[in-house]
Amino acid sequence: MDMRSETGFEDVTINIGLGVRNMLHTVIKKNLYQDSVSLMLLTNHLSAMDGVERISVMMGTPSNKDIMKGSGLFTDELEAASPNDLCVVAETEDVDLVIEELEDFLNNQSAASEATAYSTVRTWEMAGNKLPNADLALISIAGEHAAAEANKALDRDLNVFLFSDNVSIEDELQLKQRAAEKGLMVMGPDCGTGILSGVPIAFANVIEKGNIGVVGASGTGIQEVTTIIGRNGGGVSHAIGTGGRDLALEIGALTTIQGLRVLDADPETDVIVYISKPPAPEVRKKVVEVFKTLSKPVVSIFMGDKPKEQHDNVHYAWTLEDTALKALELAQTSNVSVDGILADNEDLKKIKANKDQRFIKGYYCGGTLALEAAMILEDAFDLDPDAAHPEGMMLQHGEHEVIDLGDDAYTQGRAHPMIDPTFRVEKVKEAIANPKTAVLLLDNVIGYGAHDDMAGVFAPVVEKGKKEAAEQGRAIIAIASVTGTAQDPQVYQDQVDKLEAAGVIVTESNAQATKLAAAIIASLEEETVEAEVEKTVVADLTKASELISDKPRVVNVGLSGFADTVQENGGQVVQYQWAPIAGGDKRLAAILEKLSKL
Amino acid sequence: MQFKTIDEANQAVIQHITESEPFFLDVVPAKSVISELNGKALLHSGPPTVWEKMPHPMQGSCIGATLFEGWAETEEEAQKMLENGEVTFLSAHSVNAVGPMGGITSGNMPVVVVENKASGKHAYCNLNEGIGAVLRFGAYNDEVINRLNWMKDVLGPALSKALAQIEGGMNVNVIVAKAITMGDEFHQRNIAASSLFLREIVPYLITSGTPEKELQEVTKFLADNDQFFLNIMMATAKSVMDTAATVTEGSIVTVLARNGDQFGIKVSGLGDQWFTAPVNTPDGLYFSGYSSEDATPDMGDSAITEAYGVGGMAMVAAPGVVRFVGTGGFNDAVNTSDEMREICIANNNNLQIPTWDFQGACLGIDIRKVVETGITPVINTGIAHKVAGNGQIGAGTVRVPLGCFEKALEALAEKYGVEV
Repeated sequence: MDMRSETGFEDVTINIGLGVRNMLHTVIKKNLYQDSVSLMLLTNHLSAMDGVERISVMMGTPSNKDIMKGSGLFTDELEAASPNDLCVVAETEDVDLVIEELEDFLNNQSAASEATAYSTVRTWEMAGNKLPNADLALISIAGEHAAAEANKALDRDLNVFLFSDNVSIEDELQLKQRAAEKGLMVMGPDCGTGILSGVPIAFANVIEKGNIGVVGASGTGIQEVTTIIGRNGGGVSHAIGTGGRDLALEIGALTTIQGLRVLDADPETDVIVYISKPPAPEVRKKVVEVFKTLSKPVVSIFMGDKPKEQHDNVHYAWTLEDTALKALELAQTSNVSVDGILADNEDLKKIKANKDQRFIKGYYCGGTLALEAAMILEDAFDLDPDAAHPEGMMLQHGEHEVIDLGDDAYTQGRAHPMIDPTFRVEKVKEAIANPKTAVLLLDNVIGYGAHDDMAGVFAPVVEKGKKEAAEQGRAIIAIASVTGTAQDPQVYQDQVDKLEAAGVIVTESNAQATKLAAAIIASLEEETVEAEVEKTVVADLTKASELISDKPRVVNVGLSGFADTVQENGGQVVQYQWAPIAGGDKRLAAILEKLSKL
Repeated sequence: MQFKTIDEANQAVIQHITESEPFFLDVVPAKSVISELNGKALLHSGPPTVWEKMPHPMQGSCIGATLFEGWAETEEEAQKMLENGEVTFLSAHSVNAVGPMGGITSGNMPVVVVENKASGKHAYCNLNEGIGAVLRFGAYNDEVINRLNWMKDVLGPALSKALAQIEGGMNVNVIVAKAITMGDEFHQRNIAASSLFLREIVPYLITSGTPEKELQEVTKFLADNDQFFLNIMMATAKSVMDTAATVTEGSIVTVLARNGDQFGIKVSGLGDQWFTAPVNTPDGLYFSGYSSEDATPDMGDSAITEAYGVGGMAMVAAPGVVRFVGTGGFNDAVNTSDEMREICIANNNNLQIPTWDFQGACLGIDIRKVVETGITPVINTGIAHKVAGNGQIGAGTVRVPLGCFEKALEALAEKYGVEV
């Protein structure tokens, strides 16, 4: 654009000549060049004003003056205008209003560009161009077209969230079987809600991210459970809707089973909630059998069924609220997943390679904490609880040991280990030097009366020990919990920070520390089991698992509000403005179909 | 079919477009290259039509051309001749030619000659007269006829002599590739390309032996005409799209043209056949004192630029004229080109558009995609007054009617033995 039009009126010579002749007013702005598009927009704008009968806006070129003459809008003032002058001739009662509008327009020409944050497309091909790594199609178009589009999504290796209803059960089965063959998941049809990595899909609530995974055949059921979890301080890893008919005999819980397995393999998920209406008895049996194969606790509600007794890892609830609360309880104390904390941990790999290193050494200053640790490990190793604890030996199983060093046996002639850590330091050094030790388990009880910096004592010991082990080609994992608060003189977080700086894994509670230790031992023994599992895994869930490994990348086919939601919650999305093929002309659609298969 | 699928055939079609080598060779009297124009014959834009169906401005152009050729002395006489069928009308496309708006071209009018050296195909288009009262918008007063005579006697020969000095002719691809990065989309806006053309031609005009006064007139005419390159672009697109049509298979649009009554398209796999539907009336911005009430229905062969993938298809390249498509600002241009990409099969990387993240211009309008999505190509166009002689009253956009594509799809189904 010409610089002169950007400088505004202040900097340029303005010569507004006003003349009245038959109500014709002339406004000339000297040296204010505007291109023809601006002039036409300006004409449209000004001619729409009340009280403006006729108006012409042009640059003062000779040919434009001729045009003004031809249209009867020529005034004497125009004669003096040069080609670089903006000329307005208006038949109006109030020329001041016109001038005001004119200035307003010229000063506000930057168009109100309404850029949306995501692209809108009209074909699958363009959707692919705009979001090449999409992993989910969210389909909310009319049911009669939904199955065809879902198949196109599967063609493109996308998981499908089928919000649409009125999809036949035959189509549902075909879609789900086809998806399963490709390692993909079809959520729905008639799937009202979902949460994937914190991103609400369709009708869903914003719930904190957490460690409870949900699979459900009921939209509002999922919403009720996830919101109760959220309000009570818990969080949801993912909520996978299956569609209400998934548990019908014909479908056989295809998506339910996929969803359960995907959540079982998901490192973010510690507890799995399952919500459904009462399924066909055969299907129910099948689903419960799947529950039992999962490595994580399951809280299940079959709405309307009287809850059964807990068995294996499966808990039953009667109301949605019970379900949420039970899941919360388990989520807070659940088996700590090794994958979640120690995924790709180098120490763990090294320990796994050393086949002798398979044992936990727990040295406690707190007697009850030692007892709790022993109890949890007995459970993990399937041992009968032992009531006798000679010399503070709370657990002894193979080379595993958990000792309460505050037992009378160790405090004769020396102070309690909460005050004097000397003896515990010796034991820790011994344990680290022991080539059979895999995990070192410690407590740290702070507060008035306790040692003023227990972490400061053990941190260098552990750090040095880990270093020496490394020199011998070994590694040690040290896990601790701190019993105390921010108000204690030692300050909870300071103690945690010191331990962590030395390479100690610090957990929220002693129970979690112990569970992690047990989980590590279990994972070290997994090798042979894993191989077997691999053989028995029939379903490939690669692409479904990838879907929940990160925030979803969505092709939203249909209701654009769903795209906004995904966008606002950090997912990537492209809006597919879907319309029936050939405008719904079946004959043309059939020709297109056949031509494409030529 | 020599190809396994329609998609494969379409790839061959667009390969002809991307591998084209158009050169601006010469400016010559139309009748010297179009033998049909040696008698009393006129070319018009769009699919074949008859006098009665021509919109008023196109009829005005015919009167102007009749006067220019000296077939009649007066307007009344000319009108009578035309009404009586004494003048033959030919669709320009049928003789390797194109013409903007009315497209009325007579034997003594100079035409640009563009050769696609990749195929040897030649294509022709008359010279751009500038703006205001001009023949292509239906004006035929003395000023118009005098200008046409000057173009025949002075402009045409001068350009011819200048071009003759450029070995092999002027490489059009070079100008086009530069100008698209300078904000031209080659239909509504040709300022950059026209300026580049002037820059290229001036040294040769100076040495063309044209007398100084005429030289001054010619250079002034070219310098004043922002749209001069449009007609060169049209001939270029015609030479390229005619080459693409030689594949004789596939579903790619090779011609988009309108005659003020019918919009006609041709398709790579469907030979010389026109598929037509009634034209729409353009929507756009009007000069002071005019409105859509005054507009002539859509006409002109200039939509060959859209068939080639520029014009409205490349709206995003031309921020300066974006507001013809709406008031949403530049974003509207992005959306327009994004939408057009939906019905094309590829991007033309010879024509990279900086304002489109350097994506190439749209390439290969597939009639199947048009019918599937209901998205029809958008044409950037000038708007003529519905009464001859009033000239251009605005500019804007118009859509190709969907009916053309639906009919072509039916024909394609028949060609490939698809029964429904």
